[in-house]
Amino acid sequence: MFIRLVYESFRRQKRRKVLAGAAIALGVTVATAMIAVATDIGDKINRELRTIGANLVVTPQEDTLDVEIGGVNWKPPTDGAFLSEAELPKIKGIFWHNNITGFAPMLPVTVSLENGGTKQDVTLVGTYFAKELSYGNEKFVTGVRNTHPWWKVEGAWPDDNSGDILIGERLASRLGEKAGNTLTLSGRQLHVDGVLSTGGAEDDQIVAPLGLAQEILGRPGVVRRVYVSALTKPEDAFGRRDPKSMSGAVYDRWYCTPYPQAIALQLTEAMSHSHAEQIRQVSQNEGAVLTRIEGLIFLITLAALFASALAVSAAMATAIFERRAEVGLMKALGAGKFAVASVFFAEAALLALLGGVIGFGVGSLLAHQIGQSIFNSQISISPVLFPVILAIAVIVTFAGSAMAIRRAVAMDPVFALRGEL
Amino acid sequence: MSHQARDLAASRAHAPHTSMFVRMLLRAAVLRRGRAASALFAMVVAAAVATAMLNLYVDVQAKLQREFRNYGANIIVVGKNGASLPAEALARVDSVLAGRGVAASFGLIVARTSDGQPIVVAGTDFERVKQLNRWWSVSLWPSTSENPHFSQNQGEVGHPSLVGVRALPLVSPKGQDFDLAFQGKMLRVSPSGTVQTGAAEDSRIYLSLSDFVSWTGVQPFTIQVAASGSPSEITGVMNQLAQALPSADVRPVRQIMEGEARVLGKTRATLLAAAALIILTAALCVLSTLMGWVFDRRRDFAIMKALGASERLLNGFFAAEAAALGATGAVIGFLFGIGIAAWIGRVNFQATVVPRFSVLPVVLVGSVVVTLLSAILPISLLRRVQPAVILRGE
Repeated sequence: MFIRLVYESFRRQKRRKVLAGAAIALGVTVATAMIAVATDIGDKINRELRTIGANLVVTPQEDTLDVEIGGVNWKPPTDGAFLSEAELPKIKGIFWHNNITGFAPMLPVTVSLENGGTKQDVTLVGTYFAKELSYGNEKFVTGVRNTHPWWKVEGAWPDDNSGDILIGERLASRLGEKAGNTLTLSGRQLHVDGVLSTGGAEDDQIVAPLGLAQEILGRPGVVRRVYVSALTKPEDAFGRRDPKSMSGAVYDRWYCTPYPQAIALQLTEAMSHSHAEQIRQVSQNEGAVLTRIEGLIFLITLAALFASALAVSAAMATAIFERRAEVGLMKALGAGKFAVASVFFAEAALLALLGGVIGFGVGSLLAHQIGQSIFNSQISISPVLFPVILAIAVIVTFAGSAMAIRRAVAMDPVFALRGEL
Repeated sequence: MSHQARDLAASRAHAPHTSMFVRMLLRAAVLRRGRAASALFAMVVAAAVATAMLNLYVDVQAKLQREFRNYGANIIVVGKNGASLPAEALARVDSVLAGRGVAASFGLIVARTSDGQPIVVAGTDFERVKQLNRWWSVSLWPSTSENPHFSQNQGEVGHPSLVGVRALPLVSPKGQDFDLAFQGKMLRVSPSGTVQTGAAEDSRIYLSLSDFVSWTGVQPFTIQVAASGSPSEITGVMNQLAQALPSADVRPVRQIMEGEARVLGKTRATLLAAAALIILTAALCVLSTLMGWVFDRRRDFAIMKALGASERLLNGFFAAEAAALGATGAVIGFLFGIGIAAWIGRVNFQATVVPRFSVLPVVLVGSVVVTLLSAILPISLLRRVQPAVILRGE
């Protein structure tokens, strides 16, 4: 009888059930989409923040001091220690290798530039533009185009294996050079592929493939420092603790958390005679911005959940209120409060499950769409979310119906049947 | 008929037509208090959520821009072709900024340590740098005020300085005072604290600007400016700076500006998508509640129609009722929404979100449109039905 009541209710009142189900589906859609966006927003914004530049730098352990003002080096270029270029792919072999979005080696050398009979010293920086490297079976492309995305080139980027160069914008305008010209640097004729604009010291320098810089310096296979761009977790009190003072298990937890310090330690371990450090300007502020945006989206997700809960309960209340004549009839025929309420709750649960499944599907699509259109990347939805969302849908639908059901069962059947309520 | 009732009838006879209209509106709200209250509640919640979202959407840019100023300078002023800046350059920058940012000037030279090693020494204003470069990890900032006659004690007490963590083991491994030489002039320096940034600062020594200038005779040639505001405001500041300092190059720090623009753009887009979803849900919630409410009152509708009310009057009545509900809900909701936005601002940004009254007309019009829509839909359905059918309860 109970099952028949519920079944008939769905069969006869298709329009109303569809409306209530649609309200639940909509509410669940919004909730799913917002929860999915909120759980993934940290990673997405973290990737966007990487456009501000590398957050870690690896230097030789025994390095002498940098004596550099405004991009001009004041110490002999052969001075000091170097890192080995051959070890660079090892960066992709550390524990958090998936968090390394890219790295770029730098090797500054001083060259003499001959221009119309006059000679002047300029700095030439050797680096990777978009170099293909491999670690084990994994192939990846890395270089300044990925770690320094604000570098703009008018003309073309040189090939990493060529001897072509980029000339800084201010240097170019001082010399009257442009892309396509040939420069004479320390006796070499070099082709200028493009004019580089960075807003930094590189505007007064020449940027070349790493191989060329090594050749000019006469030290094959060396780099001065490596900029590493990594996705990190905002530093907290635990992250700031000194790893040397930690016991085994605590140290493991620290090591396996992508704090900037932990990744720096792993980089130091990966490259011999090196010292990795966070670039505080980038890494410290990153944490602050990330925390703010995550917090904001979290609070907004709460608002979304609240709004969708309200929409669901409003729809359920309306649906039940419209059926007071039916309640009156059931009560007049001798149904108890419990029997009436259980029919309604069973219907609500069915609607919630149906609406929840549809809403979860549509919500996942919506989250996917948001990810594609705003961040050009996938928003991953963990399958754990599905039962959670369904449970929320059922609870909210129950809570939303409870008031209306209580009023319905408390009704005097006489008035209900005469339509006076 | 009692005396009072006669009076009432008389007053009603003379009352203008409009008072009946107003009375009907009021009675409808009072008699069905529960339903009217739930419709109003839905409206208030929807308007509050919409207000909070719009307010945050407008304000989040300013809030995040403030966060991004912690990245330090977004504009750099340097003397053309490596020349020093005029002495009053910093004052001019300050007057252009007029409180909308921080600026600090830097002078840099290469000095020699006592064993002949070259080292970069910088002069700057510590108080300003503290504000400008908040990411500097400094063990102890040198106090500049404790001894105003420092320069006269040259050679006896070291000048206070900040020493980069990489420079420290070279110049002062035990934290003792050390000597620096520049063009034959010596300076005794005492390391007050260390600075760690992970960048070039780690291998430098920072002196106060007055010590730096009196020792080297070199005027600062770089001013780092962290200007706050939108991209167009920052461009405006750059133009003003270029005019105020014709002998200097004013450059944007593209790295910071572009990253900031990207992150802000994406955050705002996400917020907009969320706001659209939430407002849509809230509007649909209002729509369904109100449609139920109006549909429930099909008896009132039928009685009015049976008593000879014109189609126009009926439409007007329900429309006026809906509009009144929408407007009331919007105003109350607006107040709540500002409260929510302010709370989010305090919790998340530790700053107040300024109430944007420009949001009010948008919320008001939106609410009235949604309520009108939810009144008109059921009415147009009911209009086709004979009043007798409705009154018989079919």
